[in-house]
Amino acid sequence: MNYWAIFKKGLFEQNPIFRLALSLCPALAVTSNVFSALGMGMAVMFVITTNNVVVSIVRRWVNQKVRVPVFITIIATIVTLTQLVLEAFVPVLYKELGIYLALIVVFAIILARAEVFAMKNGVVPSFFDGLGMGAGFALAMLAVGTVREVFGTGAFLGMQVLPVSYDGPLILILAPGAFMVIGLMIGMFNVIGEYQNKQAEEKRKLAQLTMQRGEA
Amino acid sequence: MTEAKFEVGKLSVSASPHIRCDESIAKIMWMVNLALTPAALFSIYRFGLPALTIMAICIIAAVVTEYAIQKWQGKPVTINDGSACLTGLLLAMNIPSTLPWYMPVFGSVIAIAVAKHTMGGLGFNIFNPALVGRAVLLASWPVAMTKWPTMQSHVDGLTSATPLGILKLQGYAKLVEVFGDKMTMYKSLFIGSRSGSMGETAALLLILGGIFLIYRGYIKWQVPVVMIGTVGVLTALFGQDPLLHMMSGGLILGAFFMATDMVTIPITVKGQVVFAAGAGALTVLIRLLGGYPEGVCYAILLMNAVTPLIDRGIKPRKFGARR
Repeated sequence: MNYWAIFKKGLFEQNPIFRLALSLCPALAVTSNVFSALGMGMAVMFVITTNNVVVSIVRRWVNQKVRVPVFITIIATIVTLTQLVLEAFVPVLYKELGIYLALIVVFAIILARAEVFAMKNGVVPSFFDGLGMGAGFALAMLAVGTVREVFGTGAFLGMQVLPVSYDGPLILILAPGAFMVIGLMIGMFNVIGEYQNKQAEEKRKLAQLTMQRGEA
Repeated sequence: MTEAKFEVGKLSVSASPHIRCDESIAKIMWMVNLALTPAALFSIYRFGLPALTIMAICIIAAVVTEYAIQKWQGKPVTINDGSACLTGLLLAMNIPSTLPWYMPVFGSVIAIAVAKHTMGGLGFNIFNPALVGRAVLLASWPVAMTKWPTMQSHVDGLTSATPLGILKLQGYAKLVEVFGDKMTMYKSLFIGSRSGSMGETAALLLILGGIFLIYRGYIKWQVPVVMIGTVGVLTALFGQDPLLHMMSGGLILGAFFMATDMVTIPITVKGQVVFAAGAGALTVLIRLLGGYPEGVCYAILLMNAVTPLIDRGIKPRKFGARR
């Protein structure tokens, strides 16, 4: 099993937000600044990886019929742990994320990975799958957060990066701006994906052609 | 030999050959632009050079955006059909002339790129692009978008509230006091000597432009009449001054030029009447009960959103079908 391939597919090919369009709620709600976006990304990355590992360990003893409640309980446990740790050590982030931290329990991408991957694979591949998906999620959050904070307020992580006279459109900080940014980014990812598919197709054709020539 | 001809209401179906009419998208769009020109010129006269600059910026930004997107997508470039120009001009008419240059540029780019071309271009957009541009600008720079240049003087940078703003914050008595007496108020509302965004002040010229469009048959008279009428009736019912409400704000501009946009309103006349009545009612609701002094923009956008529903609800009967 190629662990790098498992890890890599979460970054671009099956990016949770931009390709699978799962867990759009946090991507809309907590990306108005880079700090909370990245914090949320990290928290989800931790939860999804841990959950994948736990689910993959216990999958043999879970009855098929009750698997979803079992998964949700596992996720809720891990999220509660994360919540307590963040409250104790990073209270600023805890306050910033607010209710969305507890809402990680119902993020579609976490249950989806447990169901689609961890349920059918061993511990180590599940770990890398969770790590890749989590990293893809965190990077997507970072991208959306960066665009919104830099062009909305002219700052990055609270530090002024554009000239002070920059008068950014407030709408990027508001919810409609999040919809627009995510929509345009999904479009961008589709364009890149299409281009890559075309390239792969051409390569395949070329290989076929050379093979035929070799035979002839 | 007699020609087979059926009369179905006003639609006459006849055998070929047919005379081709010379109407085209480009012709209609340029005619609408032309109908807006008197009001635009008046606002340049009233608000001076900044108004001209903002209009030019809006139109150029809209046309350039359209060109860039169509080039990039490999579609035929249709900047000559006047639709992008119209969007830019309408957006300019909807905003105060005191904005710094980058705000109208942002608005125009959003209007063309997001509201029009992500939906598939001309004819496919759900929402009126110019109004989306204005709504985005209002959300983005709320302070700059609600400062209006006064009409009375030509001193730069002097700003004041619109009649509706005064009405909302300080009441009716204060508004009459600002203008002197009631007749002066009606008169200045009608001929346009009041503060407001660039295109909404000249009620008379907007109505003339609208009548021109109705005469050419590009818009139905029912839409502006029903929309403005609804506002008048409802405000009178709520004990407000109906004449003031009918002539102030962007109502006349919206009713004649934006609630009649062919793409974003229902197809049938019946549906258009429902649309106009709904937009008028929402305008009154927002003006009287909402947080904003003016609601024409949001009213029309909201009705744009339910246009498919109206179209489905008011389907014309198939010829010969029973009710």
